Amino acid sequence: MIAALAFYVFAAILIASAVMVVTSRNPVHSVLFLILAFFNAAALFLIAGAEFLAMILVIVYVGAVAVLFLFVVMMLDIDFAQLREGFQRYAPIGAVVGGILFLELVMVVGAWRFAPEAAALRVNPAPAGVTNAEALGQILYTDYVYLFQACGLILLVAMIGAIVLTHRTRPGTRRQNIAEQVARAGSVSLRAVPLGAGLKEIGIARPPAPEEAKPKQVEHHHGHGGHH
Amino acid sequence: MDFFFTHPIGILILTVVKALALLVPLLIGVAYLTYAERKVLAAMQMRKGPNVVGPFGLLQPFADAIKMLMKETIVPAGANRVLFLLAPMLTFTLAMLAWAVIPVNDGWAIADINVGVLYLFAISSLGVYGVIIAGWASNSKYAFLGALRSAAQMVSYEVSMGFVIVTVLLCVGSLNLTEVVRAQQNVWFAIPLFPMFIIFFISTLAETNRAPFDLPEGESELVAGFFVEYSSMSFALFFLGEYANMILMSSLTTILFLGGWLPPIDIAPFNWVPGPIWFVAKICLCLFTFIWVRATFPRYRYDQLMRLGWKVFLPFSLVWLVITAAVLKLTGWLPA
Repeated sequence: MIAALAFYVFAAILIASAVMVVTSRNPVHSVLFLILAFFNAAALFLIAGAEFLAMILVIVYVGAVAVLFLFVVMMLDIDFAQLREGFQRYAPIGAVVGGILFLELVMVVGAWRFAPEAAALRVNPAPAGVTNAEALGQILYTDYVYLFQACGLILLVAMIGAIVLTHRTRPGTRRQNIAEQVARAGSVSLRAVPLGAGLKEIGIARPPAPEEAKPKQVEHHHGHGGHH
Repeated sequence: MDFFFTHPIGILILTVVKALALLVPLLIGVAYLTYAERKVLAAMQMRKGPNVVGPFGLLQPFADAIKMLMKETIVPAGANRVLFLLAPMLTFTLAMLAWAVIPVNDGWAIADINVGVLYLFAISSLGVYGVIIAGWASNSKYAFLGALRSAAQMVSYEVSMGFVIVTVLLCVGSLNLTEVVRAQQNVWFAIPLFPMFIIFFISTLAETNRAPFDLPEGESELVAGFFVEYSSMSFALFFLGEYANMILMSSLTTILFLGGWLPPIDIAPFNWVPGPIWFVAKICLCLFTFIWVRATFPRYRYDQLMRLGWKVFLPFSLVWLVITAAVLKLTGWLPA
């Protein structure tokens, strides 16, 4: 009873926040509703007993992807009046895409409902006495290891592509090259200094100040480091 | 008595009591962590620290808390009101939420779930939202810049932290935090995985925005960073959340590397001391190191921080992960 109640609560919040993602006027609010939707999806996974997937959904989508979304949306200066301008023109295309997606959803659910033999193919029941993460690993790293590796490769290629497209060396920027700095003659030197002695007493000469920037000469009776 | 273990309402009451038994000491711990920080910093800088309110200044945290409650809550005129007030609540709630899975002793976790490590990782990766939302909703450039810095920093260090956790999990063979501690019965993971222990500790410093990685609140550039517009209770919630997160990260370090509730050696004088006391003692050790680091090191520059995270820690932890996996496989120590 409690599980069913929880399911309907989470599902209702999920759908409501998904609607809010599309309809809210402020894009930052949209992203925040998207995060709420992810959370409720994770809760639904938990109810279905897929605890590993639920946690991964929160870590990957909420913890990383949505943070980047939020970053971009907050930084961009978007003119919403301009965005809304083409609504009439794009509405039919949007409707067609939405209709196709809806049809596909109906076909998937319908196959599971009306053709039980297809449903039997769908599930790969987790072996008893094995935790969720273990069961997933036993399938993913054995039967589907090549597909898994291919996914990783595709992601790697996408990542490299993004880096190649955005990385460029601008002429004017100053970069710190630590090795070069350290290797520069006379830039870094260590020496043991007696406690309480000033620069003058040890014999370290300061570089003379350039003529125009010379500070005002003030009478000094106690030079640097007066403890002597 | 059966009522508390079988009837749903009984279980609910029992869970609430358990949560209070954990959270009340935690909040008192947070209060005294601020006191300890000020005292330790004072000792390291040859000052006295708080010593006026109560004996040795022991009532100082409560005086501060009461003062904070009495202040006026100010919401800036241009701020997004709902999000502005939501952000500190989110930070504080997340800091409390994570404690649900921490095992203080063998079987003493409120929720001893199978994916405990992932749960902790998920909750700690959400902490960044409190910061970003606060920075954005304040509608102030200092707060926003602080929030951007903080978000970039937390996301960067999470990656290497993830690899460190995976390395530990390889040695354990389970995602359950109790199992993680039990696997350290013979040797704490801090010894065989020493470099990872160091990387993890430094990453927790960056993750909690503590010195020397406290750039989000670099006061010389950003006034106070993302919470510059906050006052009164909403500020207090950020403050509590930050310190509770420090304790949380210390307890995570303790569980993953310092053997949780286990005594250092399982012989007579050590195993007389109960587990929770060992656990708290190890957390205190980590927290002392947090404060010690703050008193010792100057703040990192922002590009150095990013370089350390992405170009040093990430490749190193990745290579160490591969080495660990190879060694475990070749020697046959891989847990089933």
